[in-house]
Amino acid sequence: MADLAIAPADGRHAARRRARLIGRYVVMVACAAVMIGPFVWMVLAALKTDADIRSVPPTLIPEPITGENFTRVTEAFDFWRFTANSIGIAIASTTLQLVTATTAAYAFARMEFKGRDALFGLYLATMMIPLQVVIVPLFIEMRNLGLVDSYAGLLLPTIVSSFGTFLMRQAFLGLPRELDEAAFIDGANHFQVFSKVLLPLVKPALATFAVFAFMATWNSFLWPLVITQASDRHVTLPVGLARLNGRFGTDWNVVMAGSVISIVPIVAFYVFTQRWVIRSVAFTGMK
Amino acid sequence: MVGQSGVKKALTVSVFLGPSLLALLAFSIGPMVGTVWVSLQDWNLIRDADFIGFDNYRELWGDDDFHRALKNTLYYLVGYLPLVLVGGLGLALLVNSKLKGVAIFRAIYFLPVVTSWVVVALLWKWLLNPSDGLVNWSLGLVGIDGPGWWTSRTWAMPSVILASAWKDLGFVMIILLAGLQSIDESLYEAAKIDGAGAWQRLRNITIPMLTPSLFFVIVISLINGFQVFDQVWVMTEGGPAGSSTVVVEQIVKNTFSYGRAGYASAMSVVLFLIILAVTAVQIRTQKRWVFYG
Repeated sequence: MADLAIAPADGRHAARRRARLIGRYVVMVACAAVMIGPFVWMVLAALKTDADIRSVPPTLIPEPITGENFTRVTEAFDFWRFTANSIGIAIASTTLQLVTATTAAYAFARMEFKGRDALFGLYLATMMIPLQVVIVPLFIEMRNLGLVDSYAGLLLPTIVSSFGTFLMRQAFLGLPRELDEAAFIDGANHFQVFSKVLLPLVKPALATFAVFAFMATWNSFLWPLVITQASDRHVTLPVGLARLNGRFGTDWNVVMAGSVISIVPIVAFYVFTQRWVIRSVAFTGMK
Repeated sequence: MVGQSGVKKALTVSVFLGPSLLALLAFSIGPMVGTVWVSLQDWNLIRDADFIGFDNYRELWGDDDFHRALKNTLYYLVGYLPLVLVGGLGLALLVNSKLKGVAIFRAIYFLPVVTSWVVVALLWKWLLNPSDGLVNWSLGLVGIDGPGWWTSRTWAMPSVILASAWKDLGFVMIILLAGLQSIDESLYEAAKIDGAGAWQRLRNITIPMLTPSLFFVIVISLINGFQVFDQVWVMTEGGPAGSSTVVVEQIVKNTFSYGRAGYASAMSVVLFLIILAVTAVQIRTQKRWVFYG
Protein backbone atom coordinates (compact mmCIF):
# COMPACT_ATOMS: atom_id res chain seq x y z
CA MET A 1 0.00 0.00 0.00
CA ALA A 2 2.85 2.35 0.81
CA ASP A 3 4.09 2.58 -2.77
CA LEU A 4 0.63 3.71 -3.95
CA ALA A 5 1.06 6.96 -2.05
CA ILE A 6 4.33 8.11 -3.57
CA ALA A 7 3.82 9.98 -6.84
CA PRO A 8 1.35 9.97 -9.74
CA ALA A 9 3.96 8.58 -12.14
CA ASP A 10 4.62 5.75 -9.69
CA GLY A 11 0.89 5.29 -9.28
CA ARG A 12 0.56 3.97 -12.79
CA HIS A 13 3.55 1.76 -12.15
CA ALA A 14 1.91 0.34 -9.04
CA ALA A 15 -1.34 -0.26 -10.88
CA ARG A 16 0.49 -2.20 -13.52
CA ARG A 17 2.24 -4.21 -10.88
CA ARG A 18 -1.02 -5.01 -9.18
CA ALA A 19 -2.54 -6.08 -12.51
CA ARG A 20 0.40 -8.39 -13.02
CA LEU A 21 -0.06 -9.79 -9.51
CA ILE A 22 -3.73 -10.48 -10.14
CA GLY A 23 -2.82 -12.04 -13.48
CA ARG A 24 -0.42 -14.37 -11.72
CA TYR A 25 -3.08 -15.50 -9.26
CA VAL A 26 -5.53 -16.08 -12.10
CA VAL A 27 -3.03 -18.32 -13.88
CA MET A 28 -2.21 -20.15 -10.63
CA VAL A 29 -5.89 -20.79 -9.95
CA ALA A 30 -6.46 -21.97 -13.54
CA CYS A 31 -3.55 -24.41 -13.25
CA ALA A 32 -4.86 -25.58 -9.86
CA ALA A 33 -8.21 -26.32 -11.51
CA VAL A 34 -6.48 -28.51 -14.10
CA MET A 35 -4.51 -30.37 -11.44
CA ILE A 36 -7.20 -30.81 -8.79
CA GLY A 37 -10.32 -30.71 -10.99
CA PRO A 38 -10.04 -34.36 -12.08
CA PHE A 39 -9.90 -35.43 -8.41
CA VAL A 40 -13.02 -33.42 -7.60
CA TRP A 41 -14.72 -34.93 -10.64
CA MET A 42 -13.70 -38.37 -9.36
CA VAL A 43 -15.27 -37.80 -5.92
CA LEU A 44 -18.47 -36.43 -7.50
CA ALA A 45 -18.66 -39.43 -9.83
CA ALA A 46 -18.32 -41.82 -6.91
CA LEU A 47 -21.50 -40.31 -5.45
CA LYS A 48 -23.58 -40.59 -8.63
CA THR A 49 -26.23 -43.16 -9.56
CA ASP A 50 -25.92 -45.34 -12.68
CA ALA A 51 -28.34 -43.10 -14.59
CA ASP A 52 -26.71 -39.90 -13.41
CA ILE A 53 -23.17 -40.93 -14.41
CA ARG A 54 -24.21 -41.50 -18.02
CA SER A 55 -26.29 -38.37 -18.51
CA VAL A 56 -25.30 -36.01 -21.30
CA PRO A 57 -24.60 -33.17 -20.65
CA PRO A 58 -22.87 -34.41 -17.47
CA THR A 59 -24.33 -33.22 -14.19
CA LEU A 60 -21.92 -31.49 -11.86
CA ILE A 61 -23.60 -32.16 -8.52
CA PRO A 62 -24.87 -35.74 -8.10
CA GLU A 63 -28.66 -35.93 -8.09
CA PRO A 64 -29.45 -37.78 -5.90
CA ILE A 65 -26.25 -38.27 -3.89
CA THR A 66 -25.74 -41.98 -3.29
CA GLY A 67 -23.33 -44.01 -1.18
CA GLU A 68 -24.30 -47.19 -2.97
CA ASN A 69 -21.18 -47.36 -5.15
CA PHE A 70 -19.01 -47.73 -2.06
CA THR A 71 -21.20 -50.60 -0.90
CA ARG A 72 -20.85 -52.26 -4.30
CA VAL A 73 -17.07 -51.88 -4.17
CA THR A 74 -16.76 -53.40 -0.72
CA GLU A 75 -19.20 -56.19 -1.55
CA ALA A 76 -17.25 -57.16 -4.67
CA PHE A 77 -13.79 -56.92 -3.10
CA ASP A 78 -12.40 -56.71 0.40
CA PHE A 79 -11.06 -53.18 0.04
CA TRP A 80 -10.45 -52.89 3.78
CA ARG A 81 -8.11 -55.82 3.52
CA PHE A 82 -6.41 -54.26 0.47
CA THR A 83 -5.97 -51.03 2.44
CA ALA A 84 -4.54 -52.88 5.43
CA ASN A 85 -2.22 -54.83 3.10
CA SER A 86 -1.01 -51.63 1.44
CA ILE A 87 -0.39 -49.84 4.74
CA GLY A 88 1.30 -52.88 6.30
CA ILE A 89 3.58 -53.54 3.35
CA ALA A 90 4.49 -49.86 2.96
CA ILE A 91 5.40 -49.51 6.64
CA ALA A 92 7.30 -52.82 6.80
CA SER A 93 9.17 -52.10 3.57
CA THR A 94 10.07 -48.55 4.59
CA THR A 95 11.33 -49.71 8.00
CA LEU A 96 13.45 -52.49 6.52
CA GLN A 97 14.83 -50.20 3.81
CA LEU A 98 15.83 -47.70 6.50
CA VAL A 99 17.59 -50.43 8.49
CA THR A 100 19.49 -51.93 5.55
CA ALA A 101 20.35 -48.52 4.09
CA THR A 102 21.68 -46.98 7.31
CA THR A 103 23.68 -50.00 8.45
CA ALA A 104 25.28 -50.54 5.03
CA ALA A 105 25.88 -46.80 4.67
CA TYR A 106 27.62 -46.75 8.04
CA ALA A 107 29.92 -49.56 6.94
CA PHE A 108 30.75 -47.73 3.71
CA ALA A 109 31.26 -44.36 5.40
CA ARG A 110 32.97 -45.31 8.65
CA MET A 111 34.65 -48.72 8.44
CA GLU A 112 37.84 -49.81 6.72
CA PHE A 113 37.78 -53.16 4.97
CA LYS A 114 39.14 -54.79 1.88
CA GLY A 115 37.20 -54.18 -1.33
CA ARG A 116 35.00 -51.52 0.26
CA ASP A 117 35.08 -49.08 -2.63
CA ALA A 118 34.55 -51.79 -5.25
CA LEU A 119 31.58 -53.05 -3.29
CA PHE A 120 30.12 -49.56 -3.09
CA GLY A 121 30.59 -49.27 -6.84
CA LEU A 122 28.52 -52.44 -7.16
CA TYR A 123 25.74 -50.80 -5.13
CA LEU A 124 25.80 -47.78 -7.42
CA ALA A 125 25.67 -50.05 -10.47
CA THR A 126 22.53 -51.81 -9.20
CA MET A 127 20.74 -48.46 -9.25
CA MET A 128 20.68 -49.05 -12.99
CA ILE A 129 18.81 -52.37 -12.64
CA PRO A 130 15.11 -51.68 -12.57
CA LEU A 131 12.64 -54.26 -11.30
CA GLN A 132 11.17 -54.50 -14.79
CA VAL A 133 14.38 -56.03 -16.06
CA VAL A 134 14.68 -58.77 -13.42
CA ILE A 135 11.01 -59.60 -13.05
CA VAL A 136 11.14 -63.07 -14.62
CA PRO A 137 13.98 -64.57 -12.51
CA LEU A 138 12.64 -62.81 -9.43
CA PHE A 139 9.27 -64.46 -9.93
CA ILE A 140 10.93 -67.86 -10.47
CA GLU A 141 13.01 -67.35 -7.32
CA MET A 142 9.90 -66.55 -5.27
CA ARG A 143 8.11 -69.57 -6.72
CA ASN A 144 11.00 -71.82 -5.77
CA LEU A 145 10.91 -70.41 -2.25
CA GLY A 146 7.16 -71.03 -2.15
CA LEU A 147 6.48 -67.32 -1.66
CA VAL A 148 4.06 -66.62 -4.51
CA ASP A 149 0.90 -65.11 -3.00
CA SER A 150 2.44 -64.30 0.35
CA TYR A 151 3.35 -61.16 2.26
CA ALA A 152 7.00 -62.24 2.30
CA GLY A 153 6.97 -62.55 -1.47
CA LEU A 154 5.54 -59.05 -1.79
CA LEU A 155 7.96 -57.57 0.69
CA LEU A 156 11.35 -59.23 0.19
CA PRO A 157 12.39 -57.74 -3.18
CA THR A 158 11.77 -54.23 -1.82
CA ILE A 159 13.83 -54.36 1.38
CA VAL A 160 17.10 -53.03 0.04
CA SER A 161 17.55 -49.74 -1.78
CA SER A 162 20.91 -48.87 -3.25
CA PHE A 163 19.65 -45.32 -3.75
CA GLY A 164 18.85 -45.10 -0.03
CA THR A 165 22.26 -46.53 0.85
CA PHE A 166 23.87 -43.86 -1.32
CA LEU A 167 21.77 -41.12 0.30
CA MET A 168 22.59 -42.23 3.84
CA ARG A 169 26.27 -42.66 3.08
CA GLN A 170 26.36 -39.05 1.88
CA ALA A 171 24.68 -38.01 5.14
CA PHE A 172 27.22 -39.90 7.28
CA LEU A 173 30.15 -38.53 5.28
CA GLY A 174 28.86 -35.05 6.03
CA LEU A 175 29.40 -35.57 9.78
CA PRO A 176 32.83 -34.77 11.30
CA ARG A 177 35.04 -37.76 12.18
CA GLU A 178 35.88 -36.23 15.55
CA LEU A 179 32.44 -37.27 16.78
CA ASP A 180 33.19 -40.98 16.40
CA GLU A 181 36.78 -40.64 17.57
CA ALA A 182 35.69 -39.00 20.81
CA ALA A 183 33.13 -41.75 21.38
CA PHE A 184 35.69 -44.49 20.64
CA ILE A 185 38.09 -42.97 23.20
CA ASP A 186 35.25 -43.11 25.72
CA GLY A 187 35.12 -46.83 25.07
CA ALA A 188 32.18 -47.00 22.67
CA ASN A 189 32.07 -49.67 19.96
CA HIS A 190 30.80 -49.39 16.37
CA PHE A 191 27.24 -50.34 17.33
CA GLN A 192 27.09 -47.58 19.91
CA VAL A 193 28.70 -45.00 17.65
CA PHE A 194 26.22 -45.91 14.92
CA SER A 195 23.06 -45.91 16.99
CA LYS A 196 23.80 -43.33 19.70
CA VAL A 197 26.13 -40.83 18.02
CA LEU A 198 25.65 -40.71 14.25
CA LEU A 199 22.09 -41.90 13.64
CA PRO A 200 20.45 -39.11 15.69
CA LEU A 201 22.37 -36.56 13.61
CA VAL A 202 21.09 -37.72 10.22
CA LYS A 203 17.38 -37.53 11.04
CA PRO A 204 16.60 -35.14 8.16
CA ALA A 205 18.14 -37.53 5.62
CA LEU A 206 16.29 -40.42 7.29
CA ALA A 207 12.98 -38.60 7.00
CA THR A 208 13.67 -37.71 3.38
CA PHE A 209 14.38 -41.28 2.46
CA ALA A 210 11.51 -42.65 4.56
CA VAL A 211 8.98 -40.47 2.73
CA PHE A 212 10.50 -41.46 -0.59
CA ALA A 213 10.46 -45.20 0.20
CA PHE A 214 6.95 -45.12 1.63
CA MET A 215 5.43 -43.50 -1.44
CA ALA A 216 7.32 -45.74 -3.84
CA THR A 217 6.14 -48.90 -2.07
CA TRP A 218 2.61 -47.62 -1.65
CA ASN A 219 2.24 -46.90 -5.36
CA SER A 220 4.11 -49.87 -6.78
CA PHE A 221 2.08 -51.94 -9.19
CA LEU A 222 4.05 -54.33 -11.37
CA TRP A 223 5.55 -56.56 -8.66
CA PRO A 224 2.35 -56.83 -6.57
CA LEU A 225 0.46 -57.56 -9.81
CA VAL A 226 2.80 -60.41 -10.70
CA ILE A 227 3.23 -61.96 -7.26
CA THR A 228 -0.45 -61.91 -6.15
CA GLN A 229 -1.97 -63.43 -9.27
CA ALA A 230 -3.67 -66.44 -7.73
CA SER A 231 -5.86 -64.94 -4.99
CA ASP A 232 -7.18 -61.74 -3.46
CA ARG A 233 -5.67 -62.25 -0.03
CA HIS A 234 -2.40 -60.35 -0.35
CA VAL A 235 -3.49 -57.81 -2.91
CA THR A 236 -2.53 -54.16 -2.39
CA LEU A 237 -4.71 -51.20 -3.34
CA PRO A 238 -3.32 -50.49 -6.84
CA VAL A 239 -3.74 -54.13 -7.88
CA GLY A 240 -7.15 -54.33 -6.18
CA LEU A 241 -8.23 -51.28 -8.10
CA ALA A 242 -7.11 -52.80 -11.40
CA ARG A 243 -9.16 -55.91 -10.53
CA LEU A 244 -12.15 -53.73 -9.70
CA ASN A 245 -11.81 -52.14 -13.12
CA GLY A 246 -11.68 -55.60 -14.66
CA ARG A 247 -14.92 -56.56 -12.90
CA PHE A 248 -16.91 -53.36 -13.36
CA GLY A 249 -15.44 -52.17 -16.64
CA THR A 250 -17.16 -48.95 -17.57
CA ASP A 251 -19.34 -48.58 -14.47
CA TRP A 252 -17.31 -45.47 -13.80
CA ASN A 253 -19.20 -44.52 -10.63
CA VAL A 254 -18.17 -47.82 -9.02
CA VAL A 255 -14.59 -47.65 -10.35
CA MET A 256 -14.28 -44.07 -9.09
CA ALA A 257 -15.65 -45.07 -5.67
CA GLY A 258 -12.86 -47.65 -5.48
CA SER A 259 -10.36 -45.00 -6.54
CA VAL A 260 -11.58 -42.66 -3.81
CA ILE A 261 -11.16 -45.39 -1.17
CA SER A 262 -7.67 -46.11 -2.43
CA ILE A 263 -6.38 -42.53 -2.42
CA VAL A 264 -7.76 -41.46 0.97
CA PRO A 265 -4.85 -42.91 3.01
CA ILE A 266 -2.07 -41.52 0.80
CA VAL A 267 -3.73 -38.11 0.50
CA ALA A 268 -4.10 -37.99 4.29
CA PHE A 269 -0.43 -38.94 4.60
CA TYR A 270 0.45 -36.24 2.06
CA VAL A 271 -1.58 -33.51 3.77
CA PHE A 272 0.33 -34.03 7.02
CA THR A 273 3.79 -34.59 5.53
CA GLN A 274 3.41 -32.27 2.52
CA ARG A 275 6.38 -30.09 3.41
CA TRP A 276 8.58 -33.14 3.92
CA VAL A 277 7.40 -34.80 0.74
CA ILE A 278 8.16 -31.76 -1.39
CA ARG A 279 11.47 -31.18 0.36
CA SER A 280 12.51 -34.79 -0.15
CA VAL A 281 11.80 -34.59 -3.89
CA ALA A 282 13.66 -31.30 -4.20
CA PHE A 283 16.54 -32.83 -2.26
CA THR A 284 16.87 -35.87 -4.52
CA GLY A 285 17.17 -33.47 -7.45
CA MET A 286 19.93 -31.51 -5.75
CA LYS A 287 22.37 -34.34 -5.17
CA MET B 1 45.60 -61.02 19.52
CA VAL B 2 45.87 -59.55 16.04
CA GLY B 3 44.03 -62.49 14.55
CA GLN B 4 41.30 -62.25 17.14
CA SER B 5 40.73 -58.55 16.53
CA GLY B 6 40.74 -59.26 12.79
CA VAL B 7 37.97 -61.79 13.23
CA LYS B 8 36.07 -59.38 15.44
CA LYS B 9 36.39 -56.63 12.86
CA ALA B 10 35.20 -58.90 10.06
CA LEU B 11 32.24 -59.89 12.21
CA THR B 12 31.35 -56.27 12.89
CA VAL B 13 31.56 -55.37 9.22
CA SER B 14 29.38 -58.31 8.25
CA VAL B 15 26.75 -57.44 10.85
CA PHE B 16 26.49 -53.93 9.37
CA LEU B 17 26.78 -54.86 5.72
CA GLY B 18 25.53 -58.45 5.65
CA PRO B 19 21.74 -58.07 5.56
CA SER B 20 21.88 -55.37 2.92
CA LEU B 21 24.40 -57.19 0.75
CA LEU B 22 22.55 -60.51 0.97
CA ALA B 23 19.29 -58.86 -0.06
CA LEU B 24 21.02 -57.03 -2.89
CA LEU B 25 22.55 -60.28 -4.16
CA ALA B 26 19.31 -62.22 -3.80
CA PHE B 27 16.88 -59.69 -5.26
CA SER B 28 18.89 -57.57 -7.67
CA ILE B 29 22.30 -58.86 -8.76
CA GLY B 30 21.35 -62.54 -8.73
CA PRO B 31 18.17 -62.01 -10.76
CA MET B 32 20.11 -59.80 -13.19
CA VAL B 33 22.47 -62.69 -13.89
CA GLY B 34 19.39 -64.91 -13.94
CA THR B 35 17.78 -62.78 -16.64
CA VAL B 36 20.75 -63.33 -18.93
CA TRP B 37 20.67 -67.07 -18.23
CA VAL B 38 16.91 -67.42 -18.76
CA SER B 39 17.17 -65.41 -21.98
CA LEU B 40 19.20 -68.27 -23.48
CA GLN B 41 16.48 -70.83 -22.74
CA ASP B 42 13.22 -71.93 -24.24
CA TRP B 43 11.09 -72.09 -21.13
CA ASN B 44 7.39 -71.82 -20.21
CA LEU B 45 8.08 -71.88 -16.43
CA ILE B 46 6.51 -75.35 -16.12
CA ARG B 47 8.50 -78.03 -17.94
CA ASP B 48 12.30 -78.15 -17.95
CA ALA B 49 14.14 -75.32 -19.64
CA ASP B 50 15.79 -75.96 -23.01
CA PHE B 51 19.08 -74.26 -23.77
CA ILE B 52 18.77 -72.64 -27.20
CA GLY B 53 21.68 -70.18 -27.28
CA PHE B 54 20.88 -66.88 -28.94
CA ASP B 55 17.71 -68.04 -30.70
CA ASN B 56 15.51 -65.74 -28.59
CA TYR B 57 17.58 -62.73 -29.61
CA ARG B 58 17.46 -63.78 -33.24
CA GLU B 59 13.69 -64.03 -33.03
CA LEU B 60 13.48 -60.57 -31.39
CA TRP B 61 15.29 -59.13 -34.38
CA GLY B 62 12.38 -60.05 -36.63
CA ASP B 63 9.49 -59.68 -34.17
CA ASP B 64 7.01 -57.03 -35.32
CA ASP B 65 5.29 -56.83 -31.93
CA PHE B 66 8.59 -56.11 -30.22
CA HIS B 67 9.54 -53.52 -32.83
CA ARG B 68 6.19 -51.81 -32.34
CA ALA B 69 6.70 -51.92 -28.56
CA LEU B 70 10.10 -50.25 -28.96
CA LYS B 71 8.69 -47.67 -31.34
CA ASN B 72 5.79 -46.89 -28.99
CA THR B 73 8.17 -46.56 -26.05
CA LEU B 74 10.15 -44.01 -28.07
CA TYR B 75 6.91 -42.31 -29.13
CA TYR B 76 5.99 -42.09 -25.46
CA LEU B 77 9.31 -40.43 -24.59
CA VAL B 78 9.19 -37.99 -27.50
CA GLY B 79 5.67 -36.92 -26.57
CA TYR B 80 6.09 -36.95 -22.82
CA LEU B 81 9.43 -35.18 -22.36
CA PRO B 82 8.65 -31.81 -24.03
CA LEU B 83 5.27 -31.70 -22.24
CA VAL B 84 6.69 -32.19 -18.75
CA LEU B 85 9.77 -30.03 -19.38
CA VAL B 86 7.90 -27.01 -20.75
CA GLY B 87 4.89 -27.48 -18.45
CA GLY B 88 7.07 -28.15 -15.41
CA LEU B 89 9.23 -25.11 -16.11
CA GLY B 90 6.11 -22.98 -16.55
CA LEU B 91 4.71 -24.15 -13.21
CA ALA B 92 8.08 -23.71 -11.49
CA LEU B 93 8.36 -20.11 -12.72
CA LEU B 94 4.76 -19.51 -11.68
CA VAL B 95 5.25 -20.65 -8.08
CA ASN B 96 8.77 -19.30 -7.68
CA SER B 97 7.68 -16.32 -5.62
CA LYS B 98 6.95 -15.38 -2.04
CA LEU B 99 3.33 -14.47 -2.72
CA LYS B 100 0.69 -15.35 -0.17
CA GLY B 101 -0.69 -18.85 -0.56
CA VAL B 102 1.93 -19.93 -3.07
CA ALA B 103 2.82 -22.97 -0.93
CA ILE B 104 -0.77 -24.19 -1.24
CA PHE B 105 -0.59 -23.97 -5.03
CA ARG B 106 2.68 -25.90 -5.03
CA ALA B 107 1.08 -28.60 -2.87
CA ILE B 108 -1.92 -28.82 -5.22
CA TYR B 109 0.22 -29.13 -8.35
CA PHE B 110 2.14 -31.91 -6.65
CA LEU B 111 -0.95 -33.92 -5.68
CA PRO B 112 -1.02 -36.19 -8.77
CA VAL B 113 2.60 -37.20 -8.04
CA VAL B 114 1.64 -38.88 -4.76
CA THR B 115 -1.30 -40.66 -6.39
CA SER B 116 -0.69 -44.13 -7.79
CA TRP B 117 -0.43 -44.70 -11.55
CA VAL B 118 -3.45 -46.99 -11.42
CA VAL B 119 -5.69 -44.25 -10.02
CA VAL B 120 -4.36 -41.68 -12.50
CA ALA B 121 -4.79 -44.09 -15.41
CA LEU B 122 -8.37 -44.97 -14.43
CA LEU B 123 -9.25 -41.34 -13.86
CA TRP B 124 -7.95 -40.30 -17.28
CA LYS B 125 -9.43 -43.32 -18.98
CA TRP B 126 -12.76 -42.05 -17.80
CA LEU B 127 -12.11 -38.36 -18.53
CA LEU B 128 -11.03 -39.37 -22.05
CA ASN B 129 -13.96 -41.71 -22.55
CA PRO B 130 -14.98 -40.96 -26.16
CA SER B 131 -18.76 -41.09 -25.66
CA ASP B 132 -19.48 -39.61 -22.23
CA GLY B 133 -16.08 -38.37 -20.98
CA LEU B 134 -15.59 -34.88 -19.67
CA VAL B 135 -12.86 -33.97 -22.17
CA ASN B 136 -14.82 -34.75 -25.33
CA TRP B 137 -17.91 -33.13 -23.88
CA SER B 138 -15.91 -29.92 -23.20
CA LEU B 139 -14.41 -30.05 -26.68
CA GLY B 140 -17.93 -30.40 -28.02
CA LEU B 141 -18.90 -27.14 -26.31
CA VAL B 142 -16.39 -25.26 -28.47
CA GLY B 143 -17.46 -27.17 -31.56
CA ILE B 144 -14.64 -29.71 -31.72
CA ASP B 145 -15.53 -33.31 -32.39
CA GLY B 146 -13.16 -35.08 -29.95
CA PRO B 147 -11.19 -38.14 -31.07
CA GLY B 148 -11.71 -41.71 -29.85
CA TRP B 149 -8.76 -41.40 -27.41
CA TRP B 150 -7.82 -44.80 -25.93
CA THR B 151 -10.31 -46.64 -28.13
CA SER B 152 -8.56 -45.42 -31.28
CA ARG B 153 -5.36 -46.85 -32.74
CA THR B 154 -4.06 -43.36 -33.51
CA TRP B 155 -5.00 -41.74 -30.21
CA ALA B 156 -4.20 -44.51 -27.71
CA MET B 157 -0.56 -43.47 -27.24
CA PRO B 158 -1.39 -39.73 -27.00
CA SER B 159 -3.95 -40.61 -24.29
CA VAL B 160 -1.29 -42.41 -22.28
CA ILE B 161 1.17 -39.54 -22.81
CA LEU B 162 -1.37 -36.94 -21.70
CA ALA B 163 -2.23 -38.78 -18.48
CA SER B 164 1.45 -39.42 -17.70
CA ALA B 165 2.49 -35.80 -18.27
CA TRP B 166 -0.35 -34.60 -16.06
CA LYS B 167 0.81 -36.91 -13.27
CA ASP B 168 4.49 -35.94 -13.45
CA LEU B 169 4.24 -32.16 -13.97
CA GLY B 170 4.42 -31.54 -10.23
CA PHE B 171 7.54 -33.65 -9.87
CA VAL B 172 9.37 -31.75 -12.61
CA MET B 173 8.12 -28.48 -11.13
CA ILE B 174 9.64 -29.23 -7.71
CA ILE B 175 13.03 -30.27 -9.16
CA LEU B 176 13.18 -27.14 -11.34
CA LEU B 177 11.92 -24.94 -8.51
CA ALA B 178 14.82 -26.10 -6.35
CA GLY B 179 17.10 -25.21 -9.25
CA LEU B 180 15.50 -21.78 -9.71
CA GLN B 181 15.87 -20.95 -6.03
CA SER B 182 19.59 -21.63 -6.12
CA ILE B 183 20.16 -19.03 -8.86
CA ASP B 184 21.97 -15.97 -7.54
CA GLU B 185 19.56 -13.00 -7.44
CA SER B 186 22.41 -10.60 -8.33
CA LEU B 187 22.64 -12.08 -11.85
CA TYR B 188 19.13 -10.78 -12.54
CA GLU B 189 19.89 -7.40 -10.99
CA ALA B 190 22.94 -7.00 -13.21
CA ALA B 191 20.96 -8.04 -16.31
CA LYS B 192 18.20 -5.55 -15.50
CA ILE B 193 20.75 -2.75 -15.20
CA ASP B 194 22.09 -3.79 -18.61
CA GLY B 195 18.54 -3.42 -19.93
CA ALA B 196 17.74 -7.10 -20.51
CA GLY B 197 14.01 -7.80 -20.89
CA ALA B 198 12.11 -10.65 -19.22
CA TRP B 199 12.48 -12.99 -22.21
CA GLN B 200 16.23 -12.30 -22.48
CA ARG B 201 16.69 -12.96 -18.77
CA LEU B 202 14.84 -16.28 -19.11
CA ARG B 203 16.91 -17.30 -22.12
CA ASN B 204 20.31 -16.12 -21.00
CA ILE B 205 20.23 -16.59 -17.23
CA THR B 206 17.41 -18.83 -16.04
CA ILE B 207 17.68 -21.60 -18.64
CA PRO B 208 21.50 -21.91 -18.57
CA MET B 209 21.57 -21.89 -14.77
CA LEU B 210 18.83 -24.52 -14.72
CA THR B 211 20.62 -26.96 -17.01
CA PRO B 212 21.86 -29.19 -14.13
CA SER B 213 18.26 -29.62 -12.91
CA LEU B 214 17.02 -30.13 -16.47
CA PHE B 215 19.72 -32.74 -16.98
CA PHE B 216 18.58 -34.58 -13.85
CA VAL B 217 14.95 -34.51 -14.97
CA ILE B 218 15.83 -35.79 -18.45
CA VAL B 219 18.01 -38.63 -17.14
CA ILE B 220 15.35 -39.77 -14.66
CA SER B 221 12.52 -39.39 -17.20
CA LEU B 222 14.35 -41.44 -19.80
CA ILE B 223 15.18 -44.22 -17.35
CA ASN B 224 11.56 -44.31 -16.13
CA GLY B 225 10.11 -43.76 -19.58
CA PHE B 226 11.75 -46.84 -21.06
CA GLN B 227 10.02 -48.83 -18.32
CA VAL B 228 6.57 -47.34 -18.87
CA PHE B 229 3.98 -49.96 -17.95
CA ASP B 230 1.36 -49.26 -15.24
CA GLN B 231 -0.58 -46.58 -17.09
CA VAL B 232 -0.51 -48.51 -20.38
CA TRP B 233 -1.66 -51.70 -18.68
CA VAL B 234 -4.63 -49.97 -17.06
CA MET B 235 -5.63 -47.58 -19.87
CA THR B 236 -5.23 -49.68 -23.00
CA GLU B 237 -3.66 -53.06 -22.17
CA GLY B 238 -1.48 -52.28 -25.18
CA GLY B 239 -4.47 -51.97 -27.47
CA PRO B 240 -6.51 -51.45 -29.48
CA ALA B 241 -5.02 -54.21 -31.64
CA GLY B 242 -1.54 -53.77 -30.16
CA SER B 243 -1.36 -50.12 -31.20
CA SER B 244 -0.09 -48.94 -27.80
CA THR B 245 2.00 -51.92 -26.73
CA VAL B 246 5.23 -51.09 -24.87
CA VAL B 247 8.32 -53.13 -23.99
CA VAL B 248 7.53 -54.00 -20.35
CA GLU B 249 4.00 -54.96 -21.32
CA GLN B 250 5.46 -57.37 -23.89
CA ILE B 251 7.70 -58.81 -21.15
CA VAL B 252 4.73 -59.39 -18.83
CA LYS B 253 2.52 -60.87 -21.56
CA ASN B 254 5.21 -63.19 -22.88
CA THR B 255 6.04 -64.47 -19.39
CA PHE B 256 2.61 -64.93 -17.89
CA SER B 257 0.21 -65.21 -20.83
CA TYR B 258 2.20 -66.82 -23.64
CA GLY B 259 4.45 -69.00 -21.41
CA ARG B 260 7.62 -67.65 -23.00
CA ALA B 261 9.81 -66.69 -20.04
CA GLY B 262 13.05 -67.09 -21.99
CA TYR B 263 11.88 -64.87 -24.79
CA ALA B 264 10.65 -62.25 -22.29
CA SER B 265 14.03 -62.30 -20.57
CA ALA B 266 15.75 -61.59 -23.87
CA MET B 267 13.53 -58.50 -24.11
CA SER B 268 14.58 -57.54 -20.58
CA VAL B 269 18.24 -57.79 -21.49
CA VAL B 270 17.74 -55.63 -24.60
CA LEU B 271 15.77 -53.09 -22.55
CA PHE B 272 18.52 -52.98 -19.93
CA LEU B 273 21.21 -52.45 -22.57
CA ILE B 274 19.19 -49.62 -24.15
CA ILE B 275 18.72 -47.87 -20.79
CA LEU B 276 22.42 -48.31 -20.02
CA ALA B 277 23.50 -46.96 -23.40
CA VAL B 278 21.13 -43.98 -23.35
CA THR B 279 22.18 -43.01 -19.82
CA ALA B 280 25.86 -43.38 -20.71
CA VAL B 281 25.45 -41.19 -23.80
CA GLN B 282 23.72 -38.52 -21.73
CA ILE B 283 26.44 -38.49 -19.10
CA ARG B 284 29.06 -38.32 -21.86
CA THR B 285 27.40 -35.47 -23.73
CA GLN B 286 26.31 -33.47 -20.69
CA LYS B 287 29.31 -31.15 -20.73
CA ARG B 288 28.20 -29.86 -24.13
CA TRP B 289 25.09 -28.29 -22.71
CA VAL B 290 24.98 -28.58 -18.91
CA PHE B 291 26.39 -25.55 -17.18
CA TYR B 292 27.75 -26.10 -13.68
CA GLY B 293 28.14 -22.46 -12.62
